[in-house]
Amino acid sequence: MDFSFNEDQLLIADTADAFLTSASNSAQVRAAMSTELGYEPALWQQTTQELAWQLTHIPESEGGLGLGYVELCILFEKMGKHLCCSPFFSTVALSLNSLLLVAANDCAKSAIAAIAEQGERFALAYSGGGRLVGLDSITALYHDSDSYNGVCLTGDYHYVIDGHTASSFIVAAKNASNGQLGLFLVPKEKVDVAWTATMDQTRKLARVSIREAEVPASNILSCDSTTKGTFENVLNLACIALAAEQLGVAEQCLSQTVDYISERKQFGRAVGSFQAMKHKAADMMNRAEAARSAVYYAACIADEFLGGQPLGAELSEAASIAKAYCCDAAFFNAGMALQMYGGVGFTWEYDVHLYFKRAKAAQLTFGDSAYHRERIAQLVLEQIA
Amino acid sequence: MRLGFTQEDERFREQVSDWLADNLVGEFAKLKFRGGPGDEHMFFAERAAWEKQMASGGWIGIGWPEAYGGKACSLEQQVIFHEEYARAGGPGRVGHIGEGLTGPTLIAFGSEQQQRRFLPKILSGEELWCQGYSEPSAGSDLANIASKAAFYEDEGVWKINGQKVWTSLAHESDWCFVLARTDPASKGSRGLGFFLLELDQPGVEIRPITQLTGTSEFNEVFLDDAVCQADCLVGEAGQGWAVAMGLLGFERGVSTLGQQMLFQNELSEVIKIAKQNGAAEDPVIRQRIGDAHMGLKIMRYNSMRTLSANPGDGTLDRAALSYKLYWSSWHRNLGNLAMDVLGPDAELVEQQPYDLTRLQSLFLFTRSDTIYGGTNQIQRNIIAERALGLPKETRGKD
Repeated sequence: MDFSFNEDQLLIADTADAFLTSASNSAQVRAAMSTELGYEPALWQQTTQELAWQLTHIPESEGGLGLGYVELCILFEKMGKHLCCSPFFSTVALSLNSLLLVAANDCAKSAIAAIAEQGERFALAYSGGGRLVGLDSITALYHDSDSYNGVCLTGDYHYVIDGHTASSFIVAAKNASNGQLGLFLVPKEKVDVAWTATMDQTRKLARVSIREAEVPASNILSCDSTTKGTFENVLNLACIALAAEQLGVAEQCLSQTVDYISERKQFGRAVGSFQAMKHKAADMMNRAEAARSAVYYAACIADEFLGGQPLGAELSEAASIAKAYCCDAAFFNAGMALQMYGGVGFTWEYDVHLYFKRAKAAQLTFGDSAYHRERIAQLVLEQIA
Repeated sequence: MRLGFTQEDERFREQVSDWLADNLVGEFAKLKFRGGPGDEHMFFAERAAWEKQMASGGWIGIGWPEAYGGKACSLEQQVIFHEEYARAGGPGRVGHIGEGLTGPTLIAFGSEQQQRRFLPKILSGEELWCQGYSEPSAGSDLANIASKAAFYEDEGVWKINGQKVWTSLAHESDWCFVLARTDPASKGSRGLGFFLLELDQPGVEIRPITQLTGTSEFNEVFLDDAVCQADCLVGEAGQGWAVAMGLLGFERGVSTLGQQMLFQNELSEVIKIAKQNGAAEDPVIRQRIGDAHMGLKIMRYNSMRTLSANPGDGTLDRAALSYKLYWSSWHRNLGNLAMDVLGPDAELVEQQPYDLTRLQSLFLFTRSDTIYGGTNQIQRNIIAERALGLPKETRGKD
């Protein structure tokens, strides 16, 4: 047991932080978020070609770096810290994880290669909209095609992260007759996509609609009794990546707020010298520290899971703990930051609102904290006789 | 980063669990899951006998260096020991202050003579220790100690005068480590001495404090020319604060994992009741159960991170600093959850006139968790000042 970063991991963290400090500063974030595209193509080029971040946890046999989920979470933490506007989350945390988890087939392999080599952007579409979460939110239907070897698919998908800029889609749908879940690869030519403007402008969402699209058998990623479990684990892995981003948000809100209240003076002294402020800052730090423990424990469990080790069985539990805790910590810290900055925290000019909006969006993505606490309660109530 | 234990560690786990299964029987069986925080007054004599049984098995001081009679167990093995001890329902240790605080402090700061005199008696379970820091005017402001120690050349002894308070289990202990002022003109953290004081002597009077539980774990200790031999001063006169602060570092060590296993036992008991009485069907209670489980898991991950401390990672000190505030708040919430899960039954005491049930004790006693050892408010000051670099509180003029 060793629950600390090794030197390589510390180097990855420092390198990513230094890169994003210059490539994703406030002006750059604001420039990217105000466009429909939502990211700077040059930044995407750098992260996928020069830095090749998307290769991080792809096995070496598939042309990746063969590193772990811990290393990947380090990158997500830094991207969250710098509010990096990029389709990296949708491509890697959602789509690549889907491709890595489905039983190896040619379709998945060539899609992994497209992400690894060309830095192609992928999106995962599953929710039919509304408050339902995960599997329960899937409303799209498919039926076996009468005319050719494949399926015919129809569905309206909401909240598709970076859907409007993806060139390929992984879509989830249920069999119209027996409810069997399937995951399919669909090129953008077969779908209608519309950008849906969002309160959090740093992460773009789209609506995707598919009408009677023919999906050939060669584009079926997974469509058997294992698909449901695979899909749930994709969301578990995505929850951990999202939690890592929110750890970065929680940390950044803390450090920027501490800097601000150390500088800002009222009544002839730094406002950070007032106990009312110090105690809030201490509470923010406690949450950031606990969030860090939750994320990296879950990332270790993800590595155990991806490596087929027994501790991998904890994946759902660790993912829910990380998701619920880190998203709440980030929202708490962002809300505190807004309050502690005082009036300027309420302005468009200061970045606090960007973190605040991102934190709320993250809380409501992949099931809110009450959903995950309930999931934890179910597990615990089953375990204890 | 990697989780999991080696095969050798798993063999050690088997050794520990086998020994506990063979020994926590007969006269000791009734001690299972007893004597933890809030329950420390129960079965004291039997738990003192259990301490000696532990000693005979060589299970005291397993993390101490071999040169001092320990086993120099690896961090992993110490973690395993604490896990198995709690899993087996091992009773609250009466020797934990000696093993966890006095021992490591003497190994770090004591003279060879002090080490030879005191360490073996801790390892054999023969001498029990308590901690004499707080005073009526030195609570949150711990450095404001007023007790005075004066050296009498002719008799070759120190004599200490003053009053200690909130001294846990002083009435059951043999020795107490005491902070007292060796320089009567000094103030604050300067001019203090760290003394090893024998309690069974005319100059020491111990009065138990009746707590809101109706029981007494805490005491007042009155020192009236309490005699302390010349060689019972640890470190130099005037350097007591450094020794005391070093000791506080040991409080956040591997024993935190054992504490968490006790918490797990308590939480499991609450969850069992919730399943039995239907509270587990209440969505609000379910949220709180999910939250409690989540909080305890993260507490464990925090400890694992602190214990695996890597000098390259500057955030580790922060996790250690936040530990007391984290666990005390979690535990207090658990006590409250226990009552709400029980519902109206929570009101009924075990036996008249005022024998509380264990969960009632948990509920009430956990209210002290956020006060002793530095209140939650002082913890927040410490975090803000030491970890975040915010300005220090201004002192009033006394």
